[in-house]
Amino acid sequence: MVIDRRSFLKGLGAGIAGVAAGSSLLPGKLEAGGTPEDKEFMGVLVDTTRCVGCRSCEMACAEANKLPIPDIGDASAFDKIRSTSETQLEVVNRFKTAKGEVFVKKQCMHCNQPGCVSACPVKAMEKQKEGPVTWDTNCMGCRYCMVSCPFDIPKFEHYGATPKLQKCNLCWERLKKGEKPACVEACPAEALTFGTRRGLIEEANTRIYKTPKEYVSHIYGEHEAGGTGYLYLSSVPFEQIGFRNDLGTTAYPEYTKGFLYSVPVILLLWPAFLSGVSAITKRKENVRSKEGGKL
Amino acid sequence: MNRPTSEVQISNFKDFLVFMQNELKPKGKILTPFNLITGSIILLGGVLILYRFIMGLGSVVHNSSEYPWGIWIGFIVMVGVAFAGGAYVTAFIVYVLRGEQYHSIVRMAVLNGFLAYVFYAGAILLDLGRWWNIVNPLIGNRFGVNSVLFLVAWHFLLYMIAQAIEISPAFAEWLGLKKARKFLASLTLGAVIIGITLSTLHQSGLGALFLMAKWKIHPLWYTEFIPLLFFVSSIFAGLSVVIFIGTVSFRVFDKDRIDEEYRKSWDDIIIDLGKACAITMFVYFLLQVLILVHGKNWALLNTPMGYWYLTEMIGLLLFPAFLFSWGVKSGNPAPIRIAAVLTMIGVIINRVDFSIIAYKWYLPLSERYIPTFMEVVITLAIVFTMVWVFRWIVNRVPILRKPPQWAIEQEQAEMEGRAIALAPQLGLTMADGGRPIEQHKK
Repeated sequence: MVIDRRSFLKGLGAGIAGVAAGSSLLPGKLEAGGTPEDKEFMGVLVDTTRCVGCRSCEMACAEANKLPIPDIGDASAFDKIRSTSETQLEVVNRFKTAKGEVFVKKQCMHCNQPGCVSACPVKAMEKQKEGPVTWDTNCMGCRYCMVSCPFDIPKFEHYGATPKLQKCNLCWERLKKGEKPACVEACPAEALTFGTRRGLIEEANTRIYKTPKEYVSHIYGEHEAGGTGYLYLSSVPFEQIGFRNDLGTTAYPEYTKGFLYSVPVILLLWPAFLSGVSAITKRKENVRSKEGGKL
Repeated sequence: MNRPTSEVQISNFKDFLVFMQNELKPKGKILTPFNLITGSIILLGGVLILYRFIMGLGSVVHNSSEYPWGIWIGFIVMVGVAFAGGAYVTAFIVYVLRGEQYHSIVRMAVLNGFLAYVFYAGAILLDLGRWWNIVNPLIGNRFGVNSVLFLVAWHFLLYMIAQAIEISPAFAEWLGLKKARKFLASLTLGAVIIGITLSTLHQSGLGALFLMAKWKIHPLWYTEFIPLLFFVSSIFAGLSVVIFIGTVSFRVFDKDRIDEEYRKSWDDIIIDLGKACAITMFVYFLLQVLILVHGKNWALLNTPMGYWYLTEMIGLLLFPAFLFSWGVKSGNPAPIRIAAVLTMIGVIINRVDFSIIAYKWYLPLSERYIPTFMEVVITLAIVFTMVWVFRWIVNRVPILRKPPQWAIEQEQAEMEGRAIALAPQLGLTMADGGRPIEQHKK
């Protein structure tokens, strides 16, 4: 086979285009362990043994996010297990357990490798270097993040001409100014601790070692769904206070990785295969028509 | 009655206007029961769509944060795309495998696929809460390359273009554009190959969307093989739809819209399509069994969701697969038609399961998603509008009838490897008016 300059350049061009197209479709590198670029993710440790259920955090959250202020004196709010909503980015629920009433704050868990972020087709959802998972206005409102969230947190406004997606963003604006999240600052019982994720895990382990009778030996969020920014301590098994214990330790984006990796492969191999098949059938057809058969 | 469009003569722009004016007129009776019913649903749906855009999504759809995707995504998009699978499967058979005996149905299948994508992409626009941002993944207002939906969106768009190219020669024939037809026809094979590739990826991609909804989907449906299952099922779903639409079309359209030879060959084609359906369905069933065994989910079969699963797997998959086989063996198209309808129902249920029925199956009925009346009307309006457009095109463009003589000869010349000499008199195109091109015949 003789390759002249022209066909060589042509082939080279096609090759480069193919590689470029392929690599641009490869999923980006997933951040391992949650510490990209020397910056540690910040998070919150929730010690449910300390929470008194005053709901001050709910109020502070609503104020910080300019949402309707909840009536925190109304004890009937505890009658039902509540979920976060587009007007309440965090809720405190009450669980009756063998060790008495336990109050649990619920909000975005700020996963290390969030399902919602890898789901978003426009990167409106982002994991910030500081740790929060945030939402931006270039969102199309497809709600795929809601399908993909292991904790079922993102909520979409259903009314109005320009609806938004609502979820806790760990008070990212405050974080950038060096302040703590509003809920942490509001907590009167020191149930919430703000710090680096690494530091919080140490703190949580210390509490478990020092007073092993107070806690079950498990930090929820250390490994769940690949690790989360919010970490929880509890005196009773976590499934008794509204946590799923079947999430596994795999980060959610991993579930689509196999499919995404197969895409560039199929994009490059499938057309080649089909062209080959077509070339064979075309030859057969030509032979047939030469033999004077029908068209 | 109107002249068959293959005899159209257009030599200048004025002729073209006269031609279009004539073509735009409705053909056939207007006040039929079908038109009245579907027409009023389309009107009502149109009003509701306006209402949705002004008042917001929640004013029309069931407002549930537990179920992000209702019937617009779960039914229109998921089922619509599976049903459009007939386009890439048929194109594969006819253009890549060169199964000439199926040429008569390829245009119908591709037209159906193309319209399905146009309308179902439209339905996505309805469902997007912030629809004005739909161009963002395309123009790069941030490319979410890690997202399955990003890939699906791009493949959707590209496949729509590929399908438009595949069907375009038919429109060129309708308008008597010879040069354009020749050029467009030369693109067909490339468009088909790219189209099949894109279809493979986004049929499976729609399934891959659910991979991160791990605990939300009932374990009998959730498996890491969802993408493969979606792809394989799109083959028999698409073929069943081709059988269905073909059967209906060859009955309802006027005689002069249909080629008599095509109509006669239809029963033979149905049997071959039924065979393809049966084979892929048995393969799919085997896959499902393997997944079930592998997942050790036997115990779940004896629960209400298990019965639902068995209904889908036995009643609407295995049973029609046997029905297809029976029809193929006995050479009888009747059971194949019934099997096609059952298969379609099965695929509808399967797709709706993923985003609605098996999605958060554990919630009490009061918290489950049930589509509102308005959602259903808009859904029907979209489907019927598509049927109307399909009918409008088949009544004018050579879809179910043979291309005009000049186009057949163009094809022949191409196939015999003779470059058709675009003689000046031909080059001046439309003046020729589709008369047989004597000088190019052997």
